[in-house]
Amino acid sequence: MNYSTLLIALLIALGAAYFLGRNRARSLAGQGESMHSLPTHYGALTALWTTLPPLLILIMWVMLEPRIVDALLTMQLPEAIRTASEAEVRLALSKVHNIASDPSMMGQSELGSVAAHLVDLEQRAAILKGGVILSLILLGVAVTWRRIQPDLRARGEVERIVRVMLFASSAIAVLTTLGILVSVLFEAVLFFQKVSPIEFLFGTTWSPQVALRADQSGSSGSFGAVPLFAGTLLISAIAMFIAVPVGLMAAIYLSEYATSRVRQLAKPALEVLAGIPTVVYGFFAALTVAPFIRGVGESVGLDVSSESALAAGLVMGIMIIPFVSSLSDDVINAVPQSLRDGSYGLGATRSETVRQVVIPAALPGIVGAVMLAVSRAIGETMIVAMAAGLAANLTANPLDSVTTVTVQIVTLLVGDQEFDSPKTLAAFALGLVLFIVTLVLNFVAIKIVQKYREQYD
Amino acid sequence: MSIIENHETVGSPLSEGAKLRARDVCVFYGEKQAIYNVSLDIRQNEVIALIGPSGCGKSTFLRCLNRMNDTIDICNVTGEILLDGDNIYDPRVDVVPLRATVGMVFQKPNPFPKSIYDNIAYGPRIHGLASSRVELDEIVEKSLQRAGLWNEVKDRLHAPGTGLSGGQQQRLCIARTIAVDPEVILMDEPCSALDPIATAKIEELIDELRENYTIAIVTHSMQQAARVSQRTAYFHLGQLIEVNATDKVFTTPEHQLTEAYITGRFG
Repeated sequence: MNYSTLLIALLIALGAAYFLGRNRARSLAGQGESMHSLPTHYGALTALWTTLPPLLILIMWVMLEPRIVDALLTMQLPEAIRTASEAEVRLALSKVHNIASDPSMMGQSELGSVAAHLVDLEQRAAILKGGVILSLILLGVAVTWRRIQPDLRARGEVERIVRVMLFASSAIAVLTTLGILVSVLFEAVLFFQKVSPIEFLFGTTWSPQVALRADQSGSSGSFGAVPLFAGTLLISAIAMFIAVPVGLMAAIYLSEYATSRVRQLAKPALEVLAGIPTVVYGFFAALTVAPFIRGVGESVGLDVSSESALAAGLVMGIMIIPFVSSLSDDVINAVPQSLRDGSYGLGATRSETVRQVVIPAALPGIVGAVMLAVSRAIGETMIVAMAAGLAANLTANPLDSVTTVTVQIVTLLVGDQEFDSPKTLAAFALGLVLFIVTLVLNFVAIKIVQKYREQYD
Repeated sequence: MSIIENHETVGSPLSEGAKLRARDVCVFYGEKQAIYNVSLDIRQNEVIALIGPSGCGKSTFLRCLNRMNDTIDICNVTGEILLDGDNIYDPRVDVVPLRATVGMVFQKPNPFPKSIYDNIAYGPRIHGLASSRVELDEIVEKSLQRAGLWNEVKDRLHAPGTGLSGGQQQRLCIARTIAVDPEVILMDEPCSALDPIATAKIEELIDELRENYTIAIVTHSMQQAARVSQRTAYFHLGQLIEVNATDKVFTTPEHQLTEAYITGRFG
């Protein structure tokens, strides 16, 4: 039986078990028994015990089956391959899988017999799987059916199972983050075995070329990432310089000054900005803003690169405005009206009230919004990839062309790569740095929010 | 409710030489009329209590007296309100000095998210009442003393105002209002969020403040009205039914609606 059939069977079992359990509870109640819980609780309990164990087994099966099958096949491989390197074993195994999926190739290879064995294994596994799942379903129904007695506390048990399920869901989110961190960390460590962390973090030359062959002439590569960090910082700073004041003031206008009709129109319009794909911003930056800035620069006699940090930063700032304004608008609206009344009641004007009462009260949320926007600016890729260029210049001049961490990660990983060269591994080291910086930013944001919250609540 | 159509306020709503005079005040929220032709005088150095069932318009009327209703877009006020003879709804009047002269204390204590000191100093600062730090310190101390809060907070003036108890917060808000040197103080159910002990302190304070200020207080507690006020105005469905000396209202009300309310038959 394949997985989709089994899933459908599980769904049917879910519904059937619910009605069986509920009706059993009802009929017991009908016989004059005083049941501990409502019939629906017994139904839910039966459904959970009927479907959860088989579902778990099924998930484990999906994860474990290929490994077990491969282990069994490896034993069938010819002696010569088995004792060779791990890579050869893997190659042979993938050949076996190819042959097995195409019966016409079965006789043409020395691995044919192994492939036949694989087909046989898969068939047996499918039957075994179907049998196990179906018997678990039946077992679940039968056991729970017997357990449904007046003194079975179904309500509490359902609550406990729900709790475990919710915990598992949040655990998955946390574990995924950990998993990503570990995998990036692992590759980064490989990189740092080839290039010293000191050179990476403090070197000022970025030129990730590596000789592909031993006899090839050319550079051995230089992995000083400071120009990338500086470029990221420069572009993010320009972006925040645009987005924070404009976004914040837009939020203040919308929440404090605008009439409700203007607000109804303006807020969605502003949020449309957030819905534009970053690629579109990217070519807006590359094709419209950058040439415009260059034109203006030339007309006043400045030497402006056609892929300037200013253009990328400006457009990124525009992209982030709705982020800042929407989040700030929410927190400003959450400031109690009574505070505004108190201020107006003392004869304060609107702008005095906004500056001295509303903004301080909303500050934790605003700081959170800005921090989130900074993380977004640092992680933004598409706009800078299209508008900021690839030249790793170490400069503070916004009219120059710079490159960012994200752009370099993209260029390092695009195309065919070998995963043991420092050139490719450098991407993971950059990713790790990006990850840590964002983590620290979020941590700082949370600390600031907590500090002010203690003061104001 | 034919009884109150075109009602003429009974008792003595008008008096000579009043501090605040309301004449034919009507308030509309959009299409809906909330207040009907209310005329009422508020005398210098008296505490007048505005009572009535929920939704009768007493808070709305109170908020007209320092134009707090201006902050509500759809609210429209007609009629005249004269403060020392000048109409506060005259287009030439600036609400900033008006609200400094006619201060307001709200139902729920609403200290700003600032220190105790800055809460009091807020008003004097925006109105430029103090020319030096020393002067500002004096205003803060004097206001806190008048509000009976000085001894409780003098050692922690720079602690957040939100850290005080509910009763202390409300006295802080009263001190904040006093700090801008008003002539009239409007109080919108100032004790409804407080426990009996804090309420007693505020009531005592109101009685002391009467020496220097004119006070209008909205309250749901008839005992409170009886304790703190000299005159009582009874509102019903947006009409001002009766205004009389507080003793008279609570012992021999003239109007049958007033009597029904104070004897607890509705409201």
